[in-house]
Amino acid sequence: MEPLRIHQGLVCPLDRTNVDTDQIIPKQFLKRIERSGFGQFLFYNWRFDDDGNPNPEFPLNAPQYKGASILVAGENFGCGSSREHAPWAVQDFGFKVIIAPSYADIFKNNCVKNGILAIQASEEQVQTIIEKAQSEGYSLTVNLEDQVVSDNEGFSFTFDIAPYPKEMLLNGWDEIGVTLTYEDKIKEYELARA
Amino acid sequence: MQTPKNIIQKIWEQHVVHQEEGKPDLLYIDLHLVHEVTSPQAFEGLRMNGRKVRRPDLTYATMDHNVPTRERHIINDPISKKQMDTLKQNCQEFGVTLADINHPDNGIVHVIGPELGLTQPGKTIVCGDSHTSTHGAFGALAFGIGTSEVEHVLATQTLWQAPPKTLNVKVNDKLGTGVTAKDLILAIIGKFGVKFGTGYVIEYTGEAIRDMSMEERMTVCNMSIEGGARAGLISPDETTVEYLRGRRHVPQGEAFEEAAARWKALATDEGAVYDTVVEIDAAEVEPQVTWGTNPGMCIPVTANVPSPDSTDKASEKDEIQRALEYMGLEAGQPISSVKIDHVFIGSCTNSRLSDLRKAAEVIRGKQVDPSVTAIVVPGSFSVKLAAEKEGLDQVFKEAGFEWRDAGCSMCLGMNDDIIPSGERCASTSNRNFEGRQGKGARTHLVSPEMAAAAAIAGHFVDVRKFTAQEVM
Ligand code: SF4
Repeated sequence: MEPLRIHQGLVCPLDRTNVDTDQIIPKQFLKRIERSGFGQFLFYNWRFDDDGNPNPEFPLNAPQYKGASILVAGENFGCGSSREHAPWAVQDFGFKVIIAPSYADIFKNNCVKNGILAIQASEEQVQTIIEKAQSEGYSLTVNLEDQVVSDNEGFSFTFDIAPYPKEMLLNGWDEIGVTLTYEDKIKEYELARA
Repeated sequence: MQTPKNIIQKIWEQHVVHQEEGKPDLLYIDLHLVHEVTSPQAFEGLRMNGRKVRRPDLTYATMDHNVPTRERHIINDPISKKQMDTLKQNCQEFGVTLADINHPDNGIVHVIGPELGLTQPGKTIVCGDSHTSTHGAFGALAFGIGTSEVEHVLATQTLWQAPPKTLNVKVNDKLGTGVTAKDLILAIIGKFGVKFGTGYVIEYTGEAIRDMSMEERMTVCNMSIEGGARAGLISPDETTVEYLRGRRHVPQGEAFEEAAARWKALATDEGAVYDTVVEIDAAEVEPQVTWGTNPGMCIPVTANVPSPDSTDKASEKDEIQRALEYMGLEAGQPISSVKIDHVFIGSCTNSRLSDLRKAAEVIRGKQVDPSVTAIVVPGSFSVKLAAEKEGLDQVFKEAGFEWRDAGCSMCLGMNDDIIPSGERCASTSNRNFEGRQGKGARTHLVSPEMAAAAAIAGHFVDVRKFTAQEVM
């Protein structure tokens, strides 16, 4: 996993609440047995019409948001199924950071495991960003070390993140590798319960 | 005297392998259920790093999401087939037991776990599937995980987890006649919203919960995730013990009695506290129908479809407006006037024997409305066989339902069972998200009884008043 310390990128707004994982990656694309290649199917039913043509109304299709790497959305983002295909698709499309007022638990967890930073901001902060992102080329800088989000117009805020996911993201650790160093403890537990 | 504890705290404490400052707890996992959709990349990860499955004996796999429910040996979609073949190879390579599509124990993962007695009180249970909360009905701490976590559990039999906040949903009084466990959980989500449980594990308590059978309790716990909670559970009691007695994977004889005593001791202590408590009066719950595109958008069958003007919040107005458009409904129209094209009785929420029995009671001797296509998909092979033994298949077939093989089927339409765009389905499943049952499909969640009644009437009807005369 790639470490994430400071990220600067173009912002794409998605002004919707309760965006569920069936929207992020519809089920017909869950059949692949690889981890990669899901980006092309991100928000498929919203991005494309019935004939497979891009829907010009949908922000991800707008030329001004091409190359965006920070996705900003409404509350309860990622609700629904546990499919990790959702963060895989978000990441494969090019997003490294998500900013929303709240997330579904499993989705948020899945993001950390893939090196995606899911920032929890207030509704006002999210609305401010969504409005600012209407103008062309709006980008943000996210500093994970200091837990600060800022733009170059003087807007900035700090965010909370628990120490463990922060450490995982900053270092880009392979969690299984870390856990395997606790092998003695796991064995001890198993023996005590046997 | 010891401080009273709730069941969530008790199970947690029994499973902590390691604790240290600045980290979540390292939690031991007793049972890992695996299916074909969320596991291939996890096994691949093990292979790439030269890792093994640490405890194949605590791991159990099945195929359910892709499985065809008609002529199941013929899998038309080559990618579905590949996913299923991959699971088979992975299970062979890593020594994991698999109930494949030809195995008599095959079925939806959350139906077979309890059936086989793999699901037991006090266990920590995970699966790469958000409806793992179903197993909480037994007083197990059961929650859905992503594929990276699946790989983590395969390799280490543990997960790093921060202790959850605890939420008590107290269901006072009794459910009325014709009102089911499904109506209760929909009403709970309707009342408290689709994210009231985020960050919590729920314990359901109260008279209406105690009165429920295990299958009804599973329906309630199944949809905890629809309220945002990763897990929802119910303290074990005599009902739990009697359900498990004699099942294949539970201890037998004397050992069972010992286990039963241990299980019952897990129940929440008198006076234990939770981080949050909410209450609902079961007697006030009516049969529910969802009108919108998330499970919290539900109303009693006697009510009218809401209007965007019912809220002042801009984002909610938007959401209601978009849902009405997607669902092809008018604000203010009675939900009972809505005509349906399809009925689906199935899914891990409502496909167990008692669900099928109750639906069959409603339709016995009646005919499905000519404008409706109706299917029944039992949750497992063994549910199917048991239902056939009682002649339920005949009741359904004579009424004009299709009687299918077991699987997830139309709950998410990964196989061929899809609702065409713009068509409307009364479904006993758990998610009415846009496109869940097919692109453009319109899903209304209901109980098996309400689905059965709607199949006959051709539109939603209050099952409490449903009689042959009214349909005429
Ligand atoms: S029946 Fe539906 S909700 Fe249940 S496991 Fe299958 S796809 Fe998921």
